[in-house]
Amino acid sequence: MIVDIIAAVLILTGSLLAFTAAIGIVRFPDTLSRMHAATKPQTFGMILVLIGAFIKLEGHPDGGMLVLTGLFTLITAPVVAQRVGRLVYREQALGEKVVDEDDLAARNC
Amino acid sequence: MTVVWIISATLLLAAAALTAYRTLRGPTTVDRLVGVDALVAIAICGLSVWVAYTADTTVVPGIVALSLVGFIGSVSVARFRVRDNQL
Repeated sequence: MIVDIIAAVLILTGSLLAFTAAIGIVRFPDTLSRMHAATKPQTFGMILVLIGAFIKLEGHPDGGMLVLTGLFTLITAPVVAQRVGRLVYREQALGEKVVDEDDLAARNC
Repeated sequence: MTVVWIISATLLLAAAALTAYRTLRGPTTVDRLVGVDALVAIAICGLSVWVAYTADTTVVPGIVALSLVGFIGSVSVARFRVRDNQL
């Protein structure tokens, strides 16, 4: 029973995080801010939901694949964020007021 | 206990609808890329909630595949996309 409650709390928190991130994606003004909002459900919310499902499966062998999914997400999310952020910077899609100090300008990339 | 599943499914559905709005609307391709990325994450969350609700592990390999395919798709679009003003 306690295990069920813990799993339910984790899954509810993850779902709430995904919902707030979606609000951020719709309401934020530029691409970099939207990326900032979008990476929350991609890592933290998803991992909360995965842990909840893992607890709810109670030692079923397929729970290991959920752990694997969390690992893949943790490895791949920074790569995507780096690629997309560099793309936004290179095309100057970000406004002037977003960046205080432009550290990439000196490197000519 | 059923209330928990209904609430989390409703939250995830609303999140998917909002993200789909941004994906369809987004002024640039990069915005759409961010939207699709978040949509894949929300789909993985939804499938995990389904697994937790039914305790049926049929879709678990699908969750693993979805996480990897979403990564490959995002990186490919970021690498090979054409600028908006050149279309």
